Amino acid sequence: MTTQLFGAPVRRREDPRLLTGGGRYLDDLGAGALAAAFVRSPHAHARILDIDVTGALDVDGLVAVYTYEDLPGRVAEPLPLLIPHPALTHGRTQYALARDEVNHVGEPVVMVVARDRYLAEDACERIRVEYEPLPVVVGIEAARRADDLVHPDVPGNVAAHLVQEVGDVEAALEGAPHTLTLDLSVERSASMPLEGKGVLARWDAEQGELRLFSSTQTSTGVRAAVAAKLDLPLAKVECIAPDVGGGFGVKINHPWPEEVLVPWAARLLDREVKWVEDRREHFISSAHERGQLHRVRVGFDDDGRLLALDVRFWHDNGAYTPYGIIVPIITSTQLLGPYKPAAYRCEFWSLYTNTVLVTPYRGAGRPQGCFAMERTMDAIADRLGVDRAEVRSRNFILPSEMPYDQGLLFQDGRPLKYDSGDFPATLARLKAMVAWDDFGDYRRQAEAEGRRVGMGIGCYVEGTGVGPYEGGHIQVETSGRVNVSTGLTSQGQGHQTVFAQVVAHELGVPLEDVFVTTGDTRRMPYAVGTFASRAAVMSGNALALAARALRAKALRIAAEALEVATEDLEIVEGVVRVKGAPGTSMSLGTVSVMSNPLRYAFDEAAKAATQFAGANDPDRAPVADDDEPGLEGRDFYSPTQATFANGMHAAVVETDPVTAEIRILRYCVVHDCGTMINPMIVEGQVHGGVAQGVGGALYERMVYDESGQLLNASFMDFLMPYASEVPYIETDHLETPSPLNPLGIKGAGEAGCIPVSAVIASAIEDAEGFPITSMPISPVELWELRRRHEAGDLPSLARSTTSAGSAAYPSTLEAP
Amino acid sequence: MSEPMVEQLLDVTVTVNGRPRHARVPARRLLSDFLRHDVGLTGTHVGCEHGVCGACTVLVDGAPMRSCLMFAVTAQAYAVTTVEGLGSMDGLGPVQQAFLECHGLQCGFCTPGFLTTVTAFLCDNPDPTEGQAREAISGNLCRCTGYQNIVRSVLRAAELRAEAT
Ligand code: FES
Ligand code: FES
Repeated sequence: MTTQLFGAPVRRREDPRLLTGGGRYLDDLGAGALAAAFVRSPHAHARILDIDVTGALDVDGLVAVYTYEDLPGRVAEPLPLLIPHPALTHGRTQYALARDEVNHVGEPVVMVVARDRYLAEDACERIRVEYEPLPVVVGIEAARRADDLVHPDVPGNVAAHLVQEVGDVEAALEGAPHTLTLDLSVERSASMPLEGKGVLARWDAEQGELRLFSSTQTSTGVRAAVAAKLDLPLAKVECIAPDVGGGFGVKINHPWPEEVLVPWAARLLDREVKWVEDRREHFISSAHERGQLHRVRVGFDDDGRLLALDVRFWHDNGAYTPYGIIVPIITSTQLLGPYKPAAYRCEFWSLYTNTVLVTPYRGAGRPQGCFAMERTMDAIADRLGVDRAEVRSRNFILPSEMPYDQGLLFQDGRPLKYDSGDFPATLARLKAMVAWDDFGDYRRQAEAEGRRVGMGIGCYVEGTGVGPYEGGHIQVETSGRVNVSTGLTSQGQGHQTVFAQVVAHELGVPLEDVFVTTGDTRRMPYAVGTFASRAAVMSGNALALAARALRAKALRIAAEALEVATEDLEIVEGVVRVKGAPGTSMSLGTVSVMSNPLRYAFDEAAKAATQFAGANDPDRAPVADDDEPGLEGRDFYSPTQATFANGMHAAVVETDPVTAEIRILRYCVVHDCGTMINPMIVEGQVHGGVAQGVGGALYERMVYDESGQLLNASFMDFLMPYASEVPYIETDHLETPSPLNPLGIKGAGEAGCIPVSAVIASAIEDAEGFPITSMPISPVELWELRRRHEAGDLPSLARSTTSAGSAAYPSTLEAP
Repeated sequence: MSEPMVEQLLDVTVTVNGRPRHARVPARRLLSDFLRHDVGLTGTHVGCEHGVCGACTVLVDGAPMRSCLMFAVTAQAYAVTTVEGLGSMDGLGPVQQAFLECHGLQCGFCTPGFLTTVTAFLCDNPDPTEGQAREAISGNLCRCTGYQNIVRSVLRAAELRAEAT
């Protein structure tokens, strides 16, 4: 009997290897390779006047030193702008090595190659670069003022400006019985995987071929980019993503300067070259995200229904825009969450600053959007004196309204149309789980003990599984071994397990016989990458389709050999057998032998197959016109639109009345990502996402000084949560299958982190009685807010004052 | 031209997982690099090289130490245990087995540091409470798991150790 694999909490197949030191991460490869290191800009904005490398030449073991002047042809051109957009009128990308000017601390200026990394860094230290500092733009306010420009040819520091509007928002605001204005901000954080980036390149001079390993979220993308840059035929470049120690978004951008330079140098030197990013490099020369200021104007009726929602926000995109404006586009669309405002208008400006560039970090603009929307919901509830959960539910899109078209264009350029979801059911579960309606009693009890507690809530909808496509290839060897490959990469999501589950289930083979390869362009040259919570949806469905194709072929071959109809056959535990007469059977390995007319008797399976060899028909070609040799299946999955997962979180926090310390007492998650392939892995994704969300809500920020120095560029100073900071997470899952794909699944990778800042802000506000409008929040900041509140500079929430009327939320931002 | 900068190399022998391992390395060679690049035991990972993340944790005479904060030369007097010394693919140690059962890892990059840390912790405290288990791992960073399943893994490892004795 085949045990149920799909939907079961199957243990991970990659783990025994990873648990015994058998992982092969980038720096575990290429023993003996030359090492690259970089001289990086110490200035946030400067002209390069002179580079003097003579000091480095004395270093024993030095192999090469390169500056911009050394770069030939397309290597010397700016890096590509991956995702152009009509609104991105002033996109700018960097050079692989800085040419004349640097625009953030950490930008690479000189590349050094030496016998090992120690020596390469010795050489870097001895290289003198003379700079002429230029005025520095740090922070959204400075970028908006535009007294100084990051790029002289980009007026106002505005890279992009985009407006989307559904309905007439101004008129709707005008006519609304109540309006509120809120200014809400979120600071910078970063993906910060435990393994940084890294590249290893091997040039095979005899074959004229490049083999490239990169700690990337897209090996097909890196391959194509490097082939183009180095002017090599695609067929002569292969890229493999080995084990990757976390990505969370930062490794989807490509090519990074090092991904171009390392293979270029490897070919030039005809030596294996490797670069492994150190932690400081990761802080100052990879990517950050999240920095946004939002101004929300909302109009609503007496019941709290959204009549008009007008959101303007300013997005800090750092020094360059290689990944386009995906992040602010996602904020502007996904901000709506489970709600249906009668009219919606969103306008954003994406601004240059002299800081590390911005590309998606898990959540990719959604945490900011969710923060803006959910703070608004709480403000409406407070204004009307209505329960916060109740206000939300009055604005929910109902299951009967699905599919629901929000009337906007999503990140993939396609309509933002929700496929499914049962928001009232999700809310009901969450309220039960956290005992929402009993919190008043708990609060009174806590207050009697001199404790200050609050409860918060946050809802989100996440577009997952965006296209354009992923592919799956499955091949059954004569031994019965099932080789599965898909092109997207893995960074710890358990793909070797979940994809094996899909294939084992579809094909009817034991899980142990299935071997999954991801992110290897030699095995699957067409792929997009792992981002946007798309892996399970895209590759999962592609592999299901490929498995179905393979199954059909296996049944056809077996039916012919066993002289039965295909309908009478089933595949169980890797054996094709006649239903009801399991004695009449052949293994899939034997079917594999029969699928190939070339039958050297190399193995037992081939010998076994001889008994099925039918009469040789001289009039029939050994391989029919519409057939191929081998037992293989290959298919692609390309959906017309994204699927939409959703969830709701609630938290109970306690704030210390004296020290303003913030403690999360409970954290509850209800999550709906459609059908789950492996609930254990989904739950792990939720835990990890919430932990990152907690980091973003309470601890993590990028502290730049006014000269553009990142002051906390180490794990010592950038406070990533340890186990002592992450609460116990209670989870419950709803499974509303997506009608859009064969497996009914939606993505789960990013969800956990999306609403956390909104939820924690909501809870702190509830505990303190005054508005929380900026995240993350530290005890010092909360203490300062208390002081301002006591001084009368910060209004109380309406619920905690007897005099109604004054708008609770302060507004300070001026629109440009 | 000034004198080329040439480094003096030293013969260094460290006992790793019960075997003496030798290499000629400069005095500044970190123990983490010695293990990974000179001995070829790449299971020990480097996440920060400044002593904060704990990914590089190995056992030095049974005590957890950050191998990025120790020179290979100074390790000569001690017995070093790395993740490779805690079990094998077909014979997982109790802590490894527990992480497998409890989904205590995702990308696996931080994992070797947790495994060594937890191994040492359970020697000192074979029957921890949940709070103690959380405390024990709170010097190691993991960006993937949110720690909840690692805490469970510690408790499960304690059970497995108890069953084995
Ligand atoms: S690498 Fe040693 S503590 Fe981070
Ligand atoms: S499992 Fe990825 S950092 Fe811990």
